[in-house]
Formats: sequence, C-alpha cells, structure tokens
Amino acid sequence: MPGSPSEPYEARERCEACEPYEACEPYEGSQQHVASAPSEPYDLAVIGAGPAGLAGAVTARTLGLSVALLDAAPRTGGQYFRHPAPGLGAARPQALHHDWAEFTALRRRFEESEAAHLAHHHVWTVTRQDDDGTWTVHALTGPDAASGTPARVRARAVLLATGAYERQLPFPGWTLPGVVGAGGAQAMLKAGLVLPGRRIVVAGSGPLLLAVASSLAAAGARVPAVVEASGYLGYARSPRALATSPHKLLEAAVHGSALLRHRTPLRTRSAVTEVHGTDRVEAVTVSRLDRAWRPVPGTGRRIACDALAVGHGLVPQIELATGLGCATRHTPDGTHALALDALQETSVPGLWAAGETGGTGGWQLARTEGELAAIAVAARLRGLPALTRSRRARDLARRRDRMRAFADAMAAAHAPGPGWTSWLPDDTEVCRCEEVTAGGIREAAGELGARDARTVKLLTRAGMGWCQGRMCGAAVACLAASGTAQGTVPPSAERRPLAVPVPLGTLATGPEEPGTT
Amino acid sequence: MARDRTPADLVGADPGPPFEITFDGRPVTALPGQSVAAALWGAGILAWRTTRNGGRPRGAFCGIGQCYDCLATVNGEPNRRACLVPARPGDAITTQEGHGHAGLAV
Repeated sequence: MPGSPSEPYEARERCEACEPYEACEPYEGSQQHVASAPSEPYDLAVIGAGPAGLAGAVTARTLGLSVALLDAAPRTGGQYFRHPAPGLGAARPQALHHDWAEFTALRRRFEESEAAHLAHHHVWTVTRQDDDGTWTVHALTGPDAASGTPARVRARAVLLATGAYERQLPFPGWTLPGVVGAGGAQAMLKAGLVLPGRRIVVAGSGPLLLAVASSLAAAGARVPAVVEASGYLGYARSPRALATSPHKLLEAAVHGSALLRHRTPLRTRSAVTEVHGTDRVEAVTVSRLDRAWRPVPGTGRRIACDALAVGHGLVPQIELATGLGCATRHTPDGTHALALDALQETSVPGLWAAGETGGTGGWQLARTEGELAAIAVAARLRGLPALTRSRRARDLARRRDRMRAFADAMAAAHAPGPGWTSWLPDDTEVCRCEEVTAGGIREAAGELGARDARTVKLLTRAGMGWCQGRMCGAAVACLAASGTAQGTVPPSAERRPLAVPVPLGTLATGPEEPGTT
Repeated sequence: MARDRTPADLVGADPGPPFEITFDGRPVTALPGQSVAAALWGAGILAWRTTRNGGRPRGAFCGIGQCYDCLATVNGEPNRRACLVPARPGDAITTQEGHGHAGLAV
C-alpha cells in the first residue's frame, strides 16, 4: 500500500518481538507517531531495500515505529539478492545465491511487518524542513523514472541504505559492446537469466570477481580466466581480521572450489590491458603487473573470448548524504564512505546509514548495521536511550566491529596500485558518456593545471554526462593527481545535487501532498 | 557438465509464455519478467545505441541503472534505460542515435 500509513503493532505482539531489545514496556507514544493522515510524517523513511534497509525496516517496525521503505527496484533484495521476476518461474533461485534462505526469512519478516514498501521509487534528494526538523524524501516513480512522476515521503528520521555501485578503471577497448561490469553481468544473470556471451573473461580486482566467475560458469558460460590485479597475499597482513570472519573464508573457499571444478585459472597480479574487436569483443590481452599495478612489458598474452566482465571493487553510493553535508571517511581502497558513529548515525543528526554506504563489507555486515541503526532510531524517537544498551544492541555492535575490521583488511588488499594509469594510452576513452579521452584529461591536468576531478570536468566535460561521473570518477581523479606530489588521490567525495536525472518540469512543480505517488 | 547448461537450467526456470518484441524491425523473443536489455542479450544483441560524437555502438554496461550506457528508444521514446525497463509484448526497440532527439534538430 504505497504511501499509506502503517498500523502500530498490537501490544502483545510487540512485547514478544521486542524481547531481544529489552523494550517490552508498551510504547505509549506509538499511537501519536503513526501517520493518521497523508500529511502525517512516518517515523522512519528507509532508502534502499537491500539487506541493510530490510533489516532496518523490520527492526524499526518491531520497536513500534511507522516505516516507509523506498527503493528503485520492483522487488526487495538490493543488488546482492537481486533475483528473477516471478514471470521467469525460477524454481531454484538459490542456485545463484549464497545465504538465500536467510534472505527469504528476512523478506518474509519484512512483508509481515506492515512497513510501507514503495517500490519503483528513485530517490533524487532528501531535504529537511526548517520549522519542525522532519525530512522530506523526494523520488521519481516508475521502472526507470523516465516519466518523471514525482513522489514525496515525509519522515522524522531517515536511514540511508543505498548500497554501492561498481568502480571501473578504464583500459583500451573497455567501451566495446561485450565489455560489461562484473557486477553488471551478475545482475543481468540474477534478474534476467541471460549472459553477455559464451566465453567470458572475468577481470579487475576484489572478492566479487570470484563470485561472478563461479555464477557465470554455473550458468553455462566458459570462463577462460579470472584476472585479479592484486595478489591474495595482501590478506596475510591482517591475520586477526581473517581468523574472526570464518563465514567469509568459507564463502571464498566455495567459490574457489567451484572455479576448480570448471577448470578456470585465477591469474593474480595481472590485468586486461587491451580488448580486441571492432564492434564487439573478440579477445583480450592479459598482462602481468608489478606491485604498483604497472604492466610488465612483454608479458601480454591474448585470450579469445566474446565477453569481458570487469570491475575494481565497489564505490559507496552516498550522494544523498553528502548533499546534506554528512562527513565522509577515506576507505582503505581509496573510496569515500560515510563517517558514522558507534550507533550508525551520520554527522548530521537524524540521518542514519547502514551497509555499503559506510564502506563495502558484504550483506551480513549490512544486515547487522541496519538492525543496529533502527534500534538507535527507535531509542531517539521514543526517548528510550536504554534500548541502545540492550544485550542485542551490544551484540550487534560487536559483530559490526568484527566484520568492519575484516572489510577494511579486504579493501586494503585490493586497493588499486598507483601505477595502473600506465596501461592507459592517450586515445582511450575515460568518460564513457561524454567520450573524453585520457589524453584530454592529461592535457587538462598538465598544461592547463587542473588538480582535481571538478576542474577537469569544467575543462573537458569528463563526468558531466548522464552517469554524473559514476563510471569515470575514480579514473579522472587518479589522472588529475598524477602530476602532483602525492601521485594519486582518491576522488573527491561524491557530490551530486540530484542523485537521479530530474525533468525540469518536476523541479518547477511546487510541493504537493506528501506521500502521494 | 557446465558447458551445455543455461541460466534457465541452473535455476529450474519455468517461465510464462514467451512473447515478441522487435529490435530495429527484427523480431526478438522475450520472456515475461525480463528487462528490455535482458531480452536483447538473450537474442545475442549487445549494442542498441550509438554515441553522440563518435557514433560508436553501446549497450548494457553496469546492469543496475547507474551508467546510462544502455539508453534505447522504446516505442519512439528515447533515453529509456533498457536494463530497468521491463519488456512488454509488442514493444518496438530501436537503436538510439546520439541523444535520441534528432527529430527536434537540437
């Protein structure tokens, strides 16, 4: 029931459900905070229906809050638990997922929670009301938001669970049809049951590559090689973080044995340095890399394939938060994530975040943080700080800390080396939207003196197109910094005043009834 | 073992009745629940847009609605993200040239 207020839990049910939070006393305030008219704000708006958002919404409902969950996709699950539409009749969706049963259990709890699920809502900005401090979440509705039909949802608190997207580092030929994001290949397979080719090389860096390669192989593709730019020795630097995350190690072992079964070799310290073909992929050249990720001359080997799935880790999707002034932190793999306190609150009071927005860490961490954030929101809105000291909250915080430590160790092991730009000739396009080449960016950074991505954008249009620099941002920042003393800098924190392209007509329209769709 | 397998086999898919869409006038079979991009990939089509400046072919890249490389003209309307738009029976998909508004001469 999009936009409709949710009913509070019956006191008896709440008592049982609240037990872990040691919050069994009836919630006196619950009635007054549950939206009774369309103009009444929700207690909590959750943005993003992946594991973090689902766990946050379920927990907040359990603790008596009214909740609206907004997400661009038609179904819950986010990117990790993306799954086929019902029309495809998949009897065994778990064949494409680890932990599918845990997801379906979470989804069932969400469906039973009576939180409002606002699917097909593409959130483009969040604003704060000056008079009473409530938030307004602005969205465009529809499968791809093309119609520009607006919706607004008001809430007393916001939980950002917007996840991440894939980081791309360009190389010659990366714009040819048949070159797809590693996460993109995974998403198209999980949702649409299709492959970009029959013989697919998987390349880039990060643990996602192993998962993608084993899914593609299980779905019938030949995977002639998995090409990883880092060495896995990087993990050995953090033995303690590894030893305390057995689930992650088990997952890696499962992928590893699946690849062995499909006879897929893993080439570490290597990268695809060229894609061959005129109008689509015909082959790739794989070169050895030195420790700084510079290709070693004379090591290139050609591998025939009809597709390449490539990605270099994930970038937290945080522009809704940075637009509100939230502080960020540098992650060990060179991205920006939201800086969060011990209870998942951003530096802007009333705005919480969970999951990949705080740094890449996987779905178990996302779910843990979502639950913890919802407890903190309930504690604040209900005036019950004791909630955050409950056994459950302390357990969640401990698990969160352990998984974050592992995530940081993993991120450090896969951080791009400073020498990667040496595989990038001047005629390679870096900005896919505006067709700006590496040479154009180098000229802006050299002769014209640009030292950051923003100045490069003003001079060359790199990052000014449809994707707003999501695909080229990391590369442009590295190229802009290559002449500086540091040699390399992470891209500036994600700043996009509009997170989704918005028709001018929508911007010009005055505020309408909040909660309408 | 893996070689003859398809994604549909892997998940034991029993889809609803297939239907037809067209791509630049050619018939393409789509399954209920597939996006336009998935239906095109299923037919071996990887490019359905040409770039504004270089006229180079492009198709789905990020697969999750972030990169806008998969923009297509759907039933005459340009700039639709093919990886997000569900395929519907009878949809006419056409290659989007540049910004897709050539008719407006802008």
